[in-house]
Amino acid sequence: MAEDVKKGALGLPSDTPRERFFNGLLAENPTLVLMLGMCPTLAVTTSATNGLTMGLATTVVLALSNLMISLLRKVIPDTVRIPAFIVVIASFVTLVQLILQAYLPALNDALGVYIPLIVVNCIIFGRAEAYASKHGAIPALFDGLGMGLGFTCAITVIGFFREFIGAGTAFGVQLLGEGTVIPGPVGEFFAMYKPISIFIMQSGAFFVLAFLIAGMNRIKRRQAEKGRDVSAFRDTEDTDSLVEAPASAEGGENA
Amino acid sequence: MSTTIAILFSIMITSALVNNVVLSQFLGLCPFLGVSRKISSAAGMGGACIFVITVASAVCGVIYKFILLPLDLTYLQTIVFILVIAMLVQFVEMFLKKYVRSLYQVLGVYLPLITTNCAVLGVALLNVQNEYSLLEGIVCGFATAVGFTIAIVILAGLREKMEFNDIPESFKGMPMVLLTAGLMAIAFVGFSGLR
Repeated sequence: MAEDVKKGALGLPSDTPRERFFNGLLAENPTLVLMLGMCPTLAVTTSATNGLTMGLATTVVLALSNLMISLLRKVIPDTVRIPAFIVVIASFVTLVQLILQAYLPALNDALGVYIPLIVVNCIIFGRAEAYASKHGAIPALFDGLGMGLGFTCAITVIGFFREFIGAGTAFGVQLLGEGTVIPGPVGEFFAMYKPISIFIMQSGAFFVLAFLIAGMNRIKRRQAEKGRDVSAFRDTEDTDSLVEAPASAEGGENA
Repeated sequence: MSTTIAILFSIMITSALVNNVVLSQFLGLCPFLGVSRKISSAAGMGGACIFVITVASAVCGVIYKFILLPLDLTYLQTIVFILVIAMLVQFVEMFLKKYVRSLYQVLGVYLPLITTNCAVLGVALLNVQNEYSLLEGIVCGFATAVGFTIAIVILAGLREKMEFNDIPESFKGMPMVLLTAGLMAIAFVGFSGLR
């Protein structure tokens, strides 16, 4: 994917708003590089619109909670920081949930239980713990925005592929298969497409993500062979420990 | 009485197999992908989940029915549930450590990891959404966790076998695990005939 190729160009000074923004969007893309927040990534990507909404809702929560936690970082005692973070995050999630219920009820129904489940999205907790609690308000805000938009891009792309292959639509517009909006002989040709509905079923989510990550692995290996600096990429062998990292960090606190 | 048992049984089958928590609802994917290297650790995680999810759905059900609903505070459910679950996990861990040493030695290391398992919060929220009674909620929680255990143990078994397979370089690691999970999801679709 295009967004992964540019990673070498990130020579920006660290902890500036701009560097933080692109770090989240590209170099440390939470979904494709860090493999965090897998549940919403797979669950709500049955269509590009669902993915986009979920991504934006998460971005709002992530940016605001990062800002709030960064502002409160000197007030919150270290020993109770985890419950404090959870309360801040859960409050913003409830806010977003109420706004969606009021203004976009159809989307709220489509996303269902996954909106309140933003609370346990490891990306948000991970950023609060790893970045916002240690840095100033402005970089933390942009860190949240970058991470959130990186997540949004990734899940919108996954949603787009699943919707396009599985239903022949893009953002709800019928492009392939019967009832296509494209007129003329081209449209007749496209209408012959039979949607592969397994892609909008549960198993399709696993397959699309597997191929995306395999593609990333391939790009990474190619670049390593060319002798480029690939330190911006994490090694996939580490993904298991990364998936568990936020959990065990919290576990250590609980124990 | 027999209709109650029939309803409970149907909830059990639905939440354990038909709507399998991992393969159909995508809850609890982090431990599903992260702790499925070995069958023994997968079974430990599953056991801890059965324990915590059942207790958590009972406690959250009681709090929702007798505190949040009468006081008209249902919009606070997300905040209240996640805090209750976090406290509960810690409490269960302390309790087991002090009084049930043998169980703690089996489940101990997996308990803290469960706070971030979205299946726990997911079940509590789904119980509210589906308007289950207290008993139905507890049964649903238990069955969901059993479904999680079935899925994670099967995946761990497959991964142990896959260690020796010749996999294309790019697919090594996570992609192969995801493909396996996708095939399992197809297999679990077959259970929808049970409904």
